[in-house]
Amino acid sequence: MTERTIKLDLLARVEGEGALYVKLRGQKIETLEFRIFEPPRFFEALLRGRPATDAPDITSRICGICPVAYVMSASQAVEQALGIAIPPEIRALRRLIYCGEWIQSHVLHAAMLHAPDFLGLPDAMEIARAEPDLVRTALRLKKLGNTLMEVIGGRAVHPVNTRVGGFYRAPDADRIAALVPELEWGAGAARDMALAFSRFEFPDDAADYTFVSLVNPDEYPILEGRIGSNRGLDIGIDAFSGSVRESQVAHSNALLAHLADGTPYMVGPLARYANNHDRLPEACRRTAREAGLGPVERNPFKSILVRMIEVQFACLEALRLARSYVVPSPACVEAPPRAGEGFGCTEAPRGICHHSYVIDHDGTLVSASIVPPTSQNQPQIEADLARVVLSSLDLDDDALRQRCEQAIRNYDPCISCATHFLKLTVVRA
Amino acid sequence: MPDPRPAFSLFIGVGHPFRRDDAVGPWMAERLALAGCRALAHTGDGADLVGRFGMADDILIADATQSGAPPGHIRLIDARAAPLPDRTFRNSTHEFGLAFAVETARALGLLPRSLWVLGIEGQDFGFGETLSPPVARAAEARVEWLLDRHDGPARGWQPPPGSRPGKKSP
Repeated sequence: MTERTIKLDLLARVEGEGALYVKLRGQKIETLEFRIFEPPRFFEALLRGRPATDAPDITSRICGICPVAYVMSASQAVEQALGIAIPPEIRALRRLIYCGEWIQSHVLHAAMLHAPDFLGLPDAMEIARAEPDLVRTALRLKKLGNTLMEVIGGRAVHPVNTRVGGFYRAPDADRIAALVPELEWGAGAARDMALAFSRFEFPDDAADYTFVSLVNPDEYPILEGRIGSNRGLDIGIDAFSGSVRESQVAHSNALLAHLADGTPYMVGPLARYANNHDRLPEACRRTAREAGLGPVERNPFKSILVRMIEVQFACLEALRLARSYVVPSPACVEAPPRAGEGFGCTEAPRGICHHSYVIDHDGTLVSASIVPPTSQNQPQIEADLARVVLSSLDLDDDALRQRCEQAIRNYDPCISCATHFLKLTVVRA
Repeated sequence: MPDPRPAFSLFIGVGHPFRRDDAVGPWMAERLALAGCRALAHTGDGADLVGRFGMADDILIADATQSGAPPGHIRLIDARAAPLPDRTFRNSTHEFGLAFAVETARALGLLPRSLWVLGIEGQDFGFGETLSPPVARAAEARVEWLLDRHDGPARGWQPPPGSRPGKKSP
């Protein structure tokens, strides 16, 4: 019987370091481990004993690509514990900066990391030579996202103008108005890119996913909603820990999340899209239709299309918010410390990012729990890899490695960039 | 033979302020800015760096290297003339670092009229806000050298948001 070992040794230099190990015996998988061996960073322990108002700034350091997700989820949790109600003007400004993060993060992944897979190019540097117009557009879109974050947050990475209760200083109206022309361009550019990507050749793949995301009857969710799924899950964000179980396995330093019944689930663009398709603007739904997507998309390789539709949405939503911008005054809501428990859950580009904190009477954090999207997706990534490997056994070693890398990149995990440096070893008995 | 005395009108110091010798670029940018030069600190996000190439015709970038040379070793590279040496400069998040920025800009025709890259070999890239002694000595000496080659102070110029040189820069 043929034994085949596929080792992807190193996914390095990002938020997580990981690898893939697959051992096949004949046509069966004996072992499949998507290994995350990034050393634990102990953020939850780091928070204990510190002022709760420090939580947004500290947790934003978890990720340089999606710091706004951590700022917002942490702020929400602390505000709930302190009894702070956020006025609509501050909420709108938060949604606006979050749109910037979606734009820059999604474009970076879709155009620079994921598109090379479909174009047969080895890396992002080659794509600039092969597809210069695509890269010009992508860089301009990414700059647009960065500019939104700079104007509102003070800088594009790890914003310094955000705080519990709102902002240190609200941007002047003319600075927000100045964003409008580029956002108008961005919405069209994202649509064009989605349609261009729809002409890629996609592997024939699909799975019966459990899609978990925020759901909101009034809008495509970014900042708030209940947590729902396509299989009937419908809970408040305070019930998250009762519906999701985190566990530890030897091959990963990240905790793996499953639903309470043990099933893996998917968070991120495909889940948001499936659970909230009707809340997308008609312009985005039209783009989706023209790109060949139905209201639910189960081919994970087409996540690149959904990401670009979400970029179009983020541009349109930012445009709406910029046109109706009212300078919040005051720019933040203050509240005295008090004991309490709070929960925050927002839609990071990669999926729901859940925070829960317990705060002491003097405003210090007693405990903290943070569940980021990649640890929620990890079991589903392993399930996807198993399916993809079994359906691709006829591929040679290089092609199989490429297909596995591509399957991992479907999720835009924080480790996705390093998949360009994977080493593949195949041992045949 | 490249011009050993490049002139520049914009200095970009690339690096992370909290990773010791990786901060040598921002450290130099801070001193040049205090002396009146047009200088900014940059985290090294290559996708963003490409856009900065449009800010001036003659740009000099300083970044820490990790090539195995002695700490403080200086190399000056004419980036318009040839690609940057592979794996010499430290990368930023998602591997889109300085080399990505230069080669992407080259492919897109976005390189400035002149682009020089000053590499300073680092010794310690651990956590901390201070440069190691050999790197600090090399950087200090090179600041004087750079002041002679700057096109002149840009009065009233302000760095863009998020790029102001200094320890707290991103």
